[in-house]
Amino acid sequence: MPEPLLEFTDLRIEATSYPPGEAPKNLVLVDGVSVGVEKGKVLGLIGESGAGKSTIGLAAMAFGRGGVRLTGGVISLNGRDIRVSDPAALRALRGREVTYVSQSAAASFNPAKRLMDQVIETSVSHGLLTKAEAEARAVDLFRQLGLPNPDSFGQRYPHQVSGGQLQRAMTAMALCPKPDLVIFDEPTTALDVTTQIEVLAAIKKAIVETGVAALYITHDLAVVAQVADHILVLRGGKKVEYGTTQQIINDPREGYTKALVSVRSIEHAEKVQAAPVLSVANVTARYRGTQFDVLKNVTVDLAPGQTLAVVGESGSGKSTLARVITGLLPPTQGRITFAGRTLSAALEGRSKDDLRELQMIYQMADTAMNPRQTVGTIIGRPIEFYFGLKGEAKRKRVQDLLDQIEMGKGYIDRYPAELSGGQKQRVCIARALAAQPKLIICDEVTSALDPLVADGILKLLLNLQAEAKVAYLFITHDIATVRAIADRIAVMFKGQVVRYGQKSDVLTPPFDDYTDLLLSSVPELRVGWLEEVIAGRKMDSAGN
Amino acid sequence: MRLPFSAILGIFLTSSFLFLAVFAQLLAPYPIDSAVGGVWEAPSATHWLGTDTIGRDIFSRLIYGGQITIFVALASSILAFSTGAFFGFMAAVKGGWVDQIMSRFVDLVMAIPSLIVALVILSVLPLNLTVLILVIGLLDSTRVFRLSRAVAMDIAVMDYVEAAKLRGEKQTWVIFREILPNALSPLVAEFGLRFIFAVLFISTLSFLGLGIQPPLADWGGMVKENKDGLIYGKSAALMPALAIAALAISVNLVADWVLSRTTSLKGGRGA
Repeated sequence: MPEPLLEFTDLRIEATSYPPGEAPKNLVLVDGVSVGVEKGKVLGLIGESGAGKSTIGLAAMAFGRGGVRLTGGVISLNGRDIRVSDPAALRALRGREVTYVSQSAAASFNPAKRLMDQVIETSVSHGLLTKAEAEARAVDLFRQLGLPNPDSFGQRYPHQVSGGQLQRAMTAMALCPKPDLVIFDEPTTALDVTTQIEVLAAIKKAIVETGVAALYITHDLAVVAQVADHILVLRGGKKVEYGTTQQIINDPREGYTKALVSVRSIEHAEKVQAAPVLSVANVTARYRGTQFDVLKNVTVDLAPGQTLAVVGESGSGKSTLARVITGLLPPTQGRITFAGRTLSAALEGRSKDDLRELQMIYQMADTAMNPRQTVGTIIGRPIEFYFGLKGEAKRKRVQDLLDQIEMGKGYIDRYPAELSGGQKQRVCIARALAAQPKLIICDEVTSALDPLVADGILKLLLNLQAEAKVAYLFITHDIATVRAIADRIAVMFKGQVVRYGQKSDVLTPPFDDYTDLLLSSVPELRVGWLEEVIAGRKMDSAGN
Repeated sequence: MRLPFSAILGIFLTSSFLFLAVFAQLLAPYPIDSAVGGVWEAPSATHWLGTDTIGRDIFSRLIYGGQITIFVALASSILAFSTGAFFGFMAAVKGGWVDQIMSRFVDLVMAIPSLIVALVILSVLPLNLTVLILVIGLLDSTRVFRLSRAVAMDIAVMDYVEAAKLRGEKQTWVIFREILPNALSPLVAEFGLRFIFAVLFISTLSFLGLGIQPPLADWGGMVKENKDGLIYGKSAALMPALAIAALAISVNLVADWVLSRTTSLKGGRGA
C-alpha cells in the first residue's frame, strides 16, 4: 500500500460554548476519527449538519475556525505531524501543499479585485511561480475547467461572472499553486441544480487531469459518489463507516449509512384527476416598480387532497406564484379560483374563510416562527383566531395537533430555539393544520433540512394528506422530492410553465429541452452517472 | 447567574438615586427653600455638601431636585418611547406613503437642533411641568422613532410577520405581539440612553432659565444658581453637576447590562 499523503490518527477536536447564564461548556466536535488520503485520490466526507465534516476538512491544514481547538491525535501531512507545527510552518504549508475551496465563492472573492489577481495571489506570494508563469497557469486552468474565453476571463470582476463560473474560478485558485491536496467544502451546494453538475463535472475533470488529491465534503451522497474514490460517513463527530465508494453505495454495512443510501425511496401512487379546488388561470405578475413579468400567463389546477409540485430553478417564478396565490402580490392579469370562489387579487379583499382555508409553510422554519412565542402560542393562535377557542379547549386542540405531527407531550411550552430543525418544521406544519385548511402551500419546506429529516417531513406530509384530505401546492427545485409526493407537476422556467400534467406524463419521455436538463441534473446514486449525463445533454444550464 | 461588577455598581447607584427621589420628603435633613446657614459654606458635619448662594442646604436641595429631575426625565422618556416606538413600528409595517410622510416629518424636526426648538416653544407656552414633559418627550420621540423603525424593518420582513398577515391579523396584533417582543432589547438599552439625554436636556433648559422654575429645585437650576461661586473657589456648583454625571453613568451601566443580557436570552436578537 502506498504511503498516504494525509493521515488523521485518532483525531480529536474540541470547542468551548458559552450558553448564556451558565458555565462555559466543553464540546467535543470530532472524536477519535482516523482516516487517510493517498496521493491523487479523492476522499468524500459525508454526514448531516453538525457531523464535523467541515471541521475535519479544515483540520487537514491544521486550522480550527474561531475557538475550535485541535486537541488530540496526529494530523500527518507528507510524513510530518502538522497538528503541532508552529505558525510559520503552517503559513508556509497553507496555500502551497493544501488549498481550500469554500461553499460560497461569491462571499469568498474580494469584489474590488479582478479574478486573475486573486487566482494567482497565493502562488505568487509563496514564491512558487512568477506573476507571468502563474497567469499562464491560471489561463490553462480556466480552459481545463471549461470557463468561457479563458484568455480574458481573469480580467473580469467577481460580479461579472455567474455563480457557477465563480465556483470554478475558485477551484482554479486552489489548483494554481500545484498543491498536493485540495479541500472542497460543499463546492456545489449553493448552486442551482442544473449548474451544480456542470461545476461538479469540471471539478472532477480538473482533479483527474492535475492528479491532485482531494477531500470532498458534502451532505449529498449522490454527489460524492460521482467524485470520490473512498467515502467516510460521519455522524456527531464520530466515524460511522469507511469504505470504497462502490462498497458504501452498493453494500453499506451500518444502519445509518443504509438509511442515507435509501433516503429517497418514498413510493407514492399518483391519484386520479378530479375537479380542482384551486385554479390559477392565465396569471401574469410583476413586482411593483419593475418592467419585467416574473410570471407569464401561468395556468395550473389542483384537485382536493392532491399534490401539485411546482418545479424549477431559482428565479423561475415558483415562489412568486405562491405570493400571487396567497394575495401578497396581486397579479396584473388572470384569475384565481379557490373552493368555488374567485379570490380577491389583494390580501385585504379576502374573507376570513379564504385566509383560513389557504395556509402556507415556509422554507426556513427558523424565521417562520416568532422566537418570543412558545409552541403553544404559535399553534394556538390560528385556533383562537379562526375558531374562537380559548383556555383549556385551545390547549387540548394544540396537544392533539402536536400528537398528529408526532411530537407528543412536553413541547407545548418550549420556545422555537429549543427545537431541532425538523421539529421546527413540524410545528410550522401543525400551525398550518390548525386552521383546518383545504390547501397548504409548501415553499421548499425540506430544502433546508438534512436528508433523513427531510424524508421524515415528507412522510408526515403524505400521512396528513391522507388523514385531513388537504391539498398541497409543493414548491421545490428537487426532482427526487417531486417523485416522492406529487400527483401533478408544473415545470417552470423563466416565469412560464413549460411542462404541466399528471406526474406519470410529465416524467415520461419525450421531454422538452428544459425538463430534460432539470431531470438529468439530479445526481443519481450510481458511480459513473455524471459522465453519462454530461455526454447526453441537450441544452446548457441558464446559470452557467 | 453572576452579575458583573459594573452592573452591580450601576444597579446600586441607580436604585439609591430612585430611593432618595421617592422618599425625598422623609430623607432630606432640611426644607427645600429655607436659608439654614451662611452663604457658600464648605461641606461640614451639619451641611454635608455645604450651603448655596443664599445659605440653603445643598444636600437637601439635591434630594428634592433629584425628585423633580428624575420625575420629569422619566415621564418624558416614557412619553417619547410610547409615541416614538408606536409610530416607528407603524411606519415599518405600513411602509409606502405612510412611512414616507412620517419619516420626512421626523427628518424635518430632527434637522432643527432640539434645544432651539425647545427654547422657542417654551418661551411661548406657559412654563409648568406638564408643558416641559410634553416638549422634551415629543422632541425625543423623533430619535426613538428612527431607532424603532429601523429595528422593526428588520423584523417586519421575517416570515412569521408575513404568516401573521396571511392569517388576517390586525395591525395592532402584528405590532404588539409579533414585532414588539423582538424589538424590546435594543429599545430597553436605548431607554437608558434617552433617559440620560432627558436629564441633561432638562438641566440645560433650567440652566438657561426656561426649565423648572424657582423655588422648586432641580439640578441644572442649582448649577446655574451657584456657578458664580466657582470663581471664588466654592464647591457648591460642583455638587449638582456631580449628581448629574453620577446618575448618567449609573443608568448607562444598567442599560449596558440589560442589553448584554437580553440579547443572549432564548431566541433573542443578536449574539
